[in-house]
Amino acid sequence: MALETRTAYGNELARLIKADNNIVVLDADLSKATKTYEAKKACPERHFNAGIAECNMMGMAAGLAASGKTVFASTFAVFAAGRAFEIIRNSICYPNLNVKICATHAGLSVGEDGASHQAIEDLAIMRSLPNMKVFVPCDQYETRAIIDYVAKIKGPCYVRLGRSKVDDVFDENTVFDPEKVKVLHQGKKIALFATGLMVQKTLNAAKMLKDKGVDATVVNVSCLKPLDKEGILKIAKEHDLAFAIEEHSIIGGLYGALSELLSKEHPLRLTPIGVNDTFGESGKANDVLKKYGLTEENIIKTVEECVN
Amino acid sequence: MEELELKKHANNVRKKIIDMVYTAQSGHPGGSLSAADLLTYLYFVEMDINNDNVKGIDRDRFVLSKGHVSPALYGVLDEAGLMKEDLKTFRQIDSNLQGHPNMNEVDGVDMSTGSLGQGTSCAVGMALANKLDNNNHNVYVLLGDGESEEGIIYEAMMAASHYHLDNLCIILDLNHLQIDGPIEEVMNPTPHKEKFEAFGFKVTECDGHDFAAIAKAFEVFHNTKGQPTCIIAHTTKGKGVSFMENNAAWHGSAPNDEQYKIAMNDLKEVK
Repeated sequence: MALETRTAYGNELARLIKADNNIVVLDADLSKATKTYEAKKACPERHFNAGIAECNMMGMAAGLAASGKTVFASTFAVFAAGRAFEIIRNSICYPNLNVKICATHAGLSVGEDGASHQAIEDLAIMRSLPNMKVFVPCDQYETRAIIDYVAKIKGPCYVRLGRSKVDDVFDENTVFDPEKVKVLHQGKKIALFATGLMVQKTLNAAKMLKDKGVDATVVNVSCLKPLDKEGILKIAKEHDLAFAIEEHSIIGGLYGALSELLSKEHPLRLTPIGVNDTFGESGKANDVLKKYGLTEENIIKTVEECVN
Repeated sequence: MEELELKKHANNVRKKIIDMVYTAQSGHPGGSLSAADLLTYLYFVEMDINNDNVKGIDRDRFVLSKGHVSPALYGVLDEAGLMKEDLKTFRQIDSNLQGHPNMNEVDGVDMSTGSLGQGTSCAVGMALANKLDNNNHNVYVLLGDGESEEGIIYEAMMAASHYHLDNLCIILDLNHLQIDGPIEEVMNPTPHKEKFEAFGFKVTECDGHDFAAIAKAFEVFHNTKGQPTCIIAHTTKGKGVSFMENNAAWHGSAPNDEQYKIAMNDLKEVK
């Protein structure tokens, strides 16, 4: 089955807000798009609209958290990580307050709304903040697990969610350790590290590569911070070539995080497959992803170029 | 509390402000001095904060939205017997008394502030939490007049009014000076009264250095239901130190040895 990670988020939040009366949800006039509307239906008295005022929403979130609440604050990724950045920095991360920023409509898969709404730098921004943990679930099951996890732990978290439907990678029975990487397919020599909706595409690409005689390992990196250093280094040491595959700028996201770790601990050739320091554009999500190289075909092409 | 006693406390707070900024050779004396009487009233009369509840949140809380006047907050916490840190360490390495206050390091600091505008927004969240918890605690904010040029202030005002936060009291320290000069010349944020009223606030005005007038203004806050309150406090930047009064140059600079002596002499006795 395919489901948007934002929908999985809304459904899980609706369950959590009923189960835990300490949870408060904030939205900035996008509750039907971010799906926090589901939580509003479940518990209207603890869902607050901040209106189209993302900076104030993050300040309110900080104040509610300073009063002991577990706060979920949602808007589009470009407004959360972009417009409200400095409020998140100074009023949430510096005082280490318990705010979960669940940002939807991240990446090029926003589609038709175009470049102004396609956050491709949010991971770089959020990852750079002390005290902040950064998660990117790849499907509905992982979204559910990560939302449950961030609701339990203390401190600021950023969860990156998407607009478009994504195929399931996991199922009901999958056991998650949200801060660890997960090997989805064990191959050899080549390690494909992927995050978010590129995980499905990477799995598909790996199958096609196998038919061509290249058996690559596929790793899901859903926690960009703190990075699972031990898990990643173990995989890096068992492979000769690595790729970082993400629906994000090649500056500062998964490629950045892996580069920072591997260049110090275990230098090996690491190739990025992401958005090449450019803005996106309007179009159907799949057309935009295709134009900017976020496809199975481009993964295969890039891997083959590096291997040969 | 007797007015004379309050004046004595406020004068002591002013001495502490000058001492801190002089010792650190860094800090913001002008706006600290303009707020000294308002903070003294808050901590000695208005708020229910004491040594038994200072570590928790089950009490009234104060947000220093104009976070650069931390010497005024540290000074009043010290004067009220709530401060565990050594004021002499202010702004120096390894001190908990950061240039702009950090809520996780100093008991009685209720929000980390310093980036202008954000504290007011956070206070709206705190007041909303009090409503959710159905308690009777109030949230007080000290807002700078220059700070009121920040757009987030108006987002916060809108939300405070929208959610009927009658447990929120914004005190505007209207001393008419910001770093680059008179507020009216840099970027005129006036008229404040009409703006706050348009956003749904109950507005009252007072002389921010007259304790009887301050008391009356807080009475208005206590008698206002269903809407937030703004107290426009007319103040003098640098109040109490002759050469600092109404001089924007003292927004963020420290006195030298000679100036320190003059300042302490100005504050020698309660006027």
